Amino acid sequence: MNMPLRQAGTTPGPNLFKTNPVSPWGLLRLRQQLEQGLPLTPRPYQTLAEQTGLTESQVMEAIEQWQEQGLIKRLGLVVKHRTLGYNANAMVVWNVPDEYVAELGARMAKVPFITLCYQRPRQLPDWPYNLFCMIHGVSRDRVRAQLKGLIADFGLADIPHSVLFSTKAYRQRGGRYVSHG
Amino acid sequence: MQLDAADRQLIDSYQRGLPVCERPYQAMAQTLGLTEDEVIERLSALKAQQVLSRIGPVFEHSQAGASLLAAVAAPPEKMDRVATQINLAPGVNHNYAREHTYNLWFVMTAPDEHTLDERLDELERKLRLPMLRLPMIKGYHIDLGFPIDWEALP
Repeated sequence: MNMPLRQAGTTPGPNLFKTNPVSPWGLLRLRQQLEQGLPLTPRPYQTLAEQTGLTESQVMEAIEQWQEQGLIKRLGLVVKHRTLGYNANAMVVWNVPDEYVAELGARMAKVPFITLCYQRPRQLPDWPYNLFCMIHGVSRDRVRAQLKGLIADFGLADIPHSVLFSTKAYRQRGGRYVSHG
Repeated sequence: MQLDAADRQLIDSYQRGLPVCERPYQAMAQTLGLTEDEVIERLSALKAQQVLSRIGPVFEHSQAGASLLAAVAAPPEKMDRVATQINLAPGVNHNYAREHTYNLWFVMTAPDEHTLDERLDELERKLRLPMLRLPMIKGYHIDLGFPIDWEALP
């Protein structure tokens, strides 16, 4: 388990343990609770405190520190795009020469309609693609047009690619690294 | 789904930067000109309508534990059954059907790499289907909190 907040005495976080020692089990329970989302009570951090045996201020400090450390990437509303009408989701995969993949990935990351972009290993012979990008769009036609524009603008006509539209979501939820299920 | 102006504003303003203070929903309400109760009610309703999956932190995969994108080529007539089996495996948080020979794509998570490998081995044995395992080498952009293009939506 990769716990950024470790038990006091080993490598305590910079601020959290100055005053009161914080229970490592409490922090683990807090991670588990947070994977389910913030409670919709007037004092959600107090509710989390009651669920985890920490104090409200310990909960808030831990969350702030996890944000600073980058363990929490963002804290806010997690939208289900499909419900809103983003009906076309395409995973576009490219077979990019290795020496060019970092540059192209960095450029694609700046394209507004590309919502995710990462490099993954090829698995030859079945899977020749090493650069993945995701387009969340309102319709397949619109996504295809966006892709056509991308290929023209970035000069990608010679880069083999494949478009995998999703047809059904069997599951879509946040990562549960420390909680069960 | 059509949302009213206040719901849109909630989403536009708080996909990130939700306040960390004793009464965060009250702080949001003040910013948006609503009451605390209205904010809580609206968020509850948006969750119930499946517009929001949750209010909460999005954890950084690479720091939060181990995760991996995997795919299997299920016989088309067995896709639903294979998808159900995948969902029964511990740690699966995304699972999509996609148009390709590799037609089921899922993300598996675990507390650490070793557990992740064990879970994938176990699932591969159960499914008896060859599995692509595609760990992330480098992320260039990983954030689904993009601005909603309300005008383009149906």
